[in-house]
Amino acid sequence: MNTLTQVKQLVNSVLKGDRKSIAKTITLIENNLPETQEIISLLYPHTGKAHIIGVTGPAGSGKSTLIEKLVKELRRNGKTVGVAAVDPTSPFTGGAFLGDRVRMQDLATDNGVFIRSMATRGSLGGLAKATKDAVKVLDAAGKDVLIVETVGAGQTEVDIIKVAHTVVVVLAPGLGDDIQAIKAGQMEIGDVFVINKADRENADRAVSDVEAMLEMNQEKREWRPPVVKTLALTGEGVPELLEKISQHGSYLKGGVLQKRSLQRIESELEEAIKLRITETVLNDFKKTGKFNEFLHKILEKEMDPNSAAEALLKQRLKKTVRESK
Amino acid sequence: MTTEKKIRVLVAKPGLDSHDRGAKIVARAFRDAGMEVIYTGLRQTPEQIVETALQEDVDVIALSILSGAHMTLFPKIMELVKKRGLDNVLVFAGGIIPQEDVPALKKIGIAEVFGPGTPTDTLVRFVRENVQKRR
Repeated sequence: MNTLTQVKQLVNSVLKGDRKSIAKTITLIENNLPETQEIISLLYPHTGKAHIIGVTGPAGSGKSTLIEKLVKELRRNGKTVGVAAVDPTSPFTGGAFLGDRVRMQDLATDNGVFIRSMATRGSLGGLAKATKDAVKVLDAAGKDVLIVETVGAGQTEVDIIKVAHTVVVVLAPGLGDDIQAIKAGQMEIGDVFVINKADRENADRAVSDVEAMLEMNQEKREWRPPVVKTLALTGEGVPELLEKISQHGSYLKGGVLQKRSLQRIESELEEAIKLRITETVLNDFKKTGKFNEFLHKILEKEMDPNSAAEALLKQRLKKTVRESK
Repeated sequence: MTTEKKIRVLVAKPGLDSHDRGAKIVARAFRDAGMEVIYTGLRQTPEQIVETALQEDVDVIALSILSGAHMTLFPKIMELVKKRGLDNVLVFAGGIIPQEDVPALKKIGIAEVFGPGTPTDTLVRFVRENVQKRR
């Protein structure tokens, strides 16, 4: 479809910050079209400059509204901003209703802001598969700060830590007691905690529940996550929140960033290898008819799926060893 | 998932309408038809609508209007659509739009105008067929 020259032209326009090219590039990546890999490899050397902020938390806690206020505050400080907002894809129809923008439309016509809504398209970790690469596009396009909003997250959607430098967990009063605050998952990933809707009853109680949970952390950490109260609707507490986020950014730059980046790249490389191995090996099995052969054996109860997979892989490994000799 | 390109639709409400019941029903129908629907809420300016369409790289802009300001707002939207180079985007409209205004709207590039009571199946079919043609 697109020739290499066209891909290069597209990437050049992205690097210049052309909005339409940014949008088209993200679409190519979302649809995993053949030129995706080339695009990423051309953009990659230009990434790594932006501070990437992840915003996560339960549905209805006020993430989108808070992001709108954060972006406005960042704009007042002269920063350009990219936002990737993720909402769920229906597992039944494949469709999605992407509504995060409703709270952000004041920003739609600001040239220093680029907002993209993304559907999860089958991913379960709170982000879309393409979000990580969409972030790279916005980073390479020169945005100073990137904000990634996860789906309304429960307890196990923690993929955001693989994408963001600073994770902000947004909670609201009345969502649960100190037992909820102790649970694993979401509550472990926050670099900054927000109790939004702070005008509500029990806001202080929610703050102390989170504080108590943080106090229980046995290991001595250099960064103790702060808890900030906000009222996203009016913007109250947002400058303080941004201050904490920036402090975390500076803390990372003091050496932790490199360690985290290494971890991030490690998991990215691992994923990429796994994906390629799966594709190559599976395609091979299907082409040689081996896959079908074993399928029937399993159907006839001659084998179970696990033993079949092991037998298939053993044969394949022998073949690889022979080839490499 | 597959490499088939998803249809992305912006459901937008220009002007000063006070409710968005119809727009939400239409948005829901597109969602249930497997499309990705970007919804931006009430009281959008032509600039907001077209900038959103550009950033979201949509295939379709579905405009819903009840206020009677379509002859003012739609030409402005279509002008911006052309200016921003979104010529491939399918733009159609629904809501309260008198029949006598339809020819003028089609002339400026609104592909179709649907009135109240249009079955959502009709809209889904219309979008599928026309997006296919434009790709």
